[in-house]
Amino acid sequence: MTAVQDESTLVAALRAGDEAAFAALLDAYGGPMRRLALSFVRNAAVADEVVQEAWLGVLRGIERFEGRSSLRTWLFTILANTARTRAQREARSVPFSSLDDEAAGGDSPTVDPSRFLNPRFPGGWTTFPEPWDVPEERLLARETRARIEAAIAELPPAQRAVISLRDVEGWPAEEVCNVLGVSESNQRVLLHRARAKVRAALERYLAPEPQ
Amino acid sequence: MSADLTCKELVELVTDYLEGALSGEDAARFEHHLSLCPGCTTYVEQFRETIRLTGTLREDDLEPAARDALLAQFRRWKSGSA
Repeated sequence: MTAVQDESTLVAALRAGDEAAFAALLDAYGGPMRRLALSFVRNAAVADEVVQEAWLGVLRGIERFEGRSSLRTWLFTILANTARTRAQREARSVPFSSLDDEAAGGDSPTVDPSRFLNPRFPGGWTTFPEPWDVPEERLLARETRARIEAAIAELPPAQRAVISLRDVEGWPAEEVCNVLGVSESNQRVLLHRARAKVRAALERYLAPEPQ
Repeated sequence: MSADLTCKELVELVTDYLEGALSGEDAARFEHHLSLCPGCTTYVEQFRETIRLTGTLREDDLEPAARDALLAQFRRWKSGSA
């Protein structure tokens, strides 16, 4: 992500209605904001509307921005709140009451328990996971990335939002907690469950069980 | 020192371990298990690989049509009509 260097200059330019400043912000955060919107509302057209509504909220609120958080945190918090409100209104979206509820289901295993039925070592692998012995070109190929995207698309909203910000965008944990309003421990539970499912999808693709 | 970790337990601690959220004692148990277990070593390697590959999905750019729509909205806001 392009670093938006001097925030106070940028904020002043936005307040003055400087289109170049707005375009710089769009180019830095527009793509990631759309991805986060898609965590909450599955429909691409609705996600675009959420992004538009959030940007309008940003423009209308820029006078009140006091710099207590970074501009990025502020932008994405507005986006997350807008998306959540919209998701609750959408009849066809997945209903959820809060992100913390989703983390509360964190006790169920992330790896199929039938893989740990080793007769000699209780709780040990029945057979070890097969190493992914594939060249880097295949790992980085379009098809592999499509599998990861598909696995993320199937995640529940909170897991999807957390893995998008942490692992796709590379944000620090603390900022993700602030934007999504979850505790650090719930953030880790959500992230772990999301990563385990993406790993499992990659395993099915890269090291399928022998027929 | 408390009981050794099983593989089934270790796979649930990988993110806590990578995030530095385990206590010193738990992190030592985690690493001790890994030093003896090729299956869990593979699992943790694949977890790290998954994180690395997920990072390749990052795309900063908006589609041109979406970008144009947002710029148009900005102009309406600026002229006081949005």
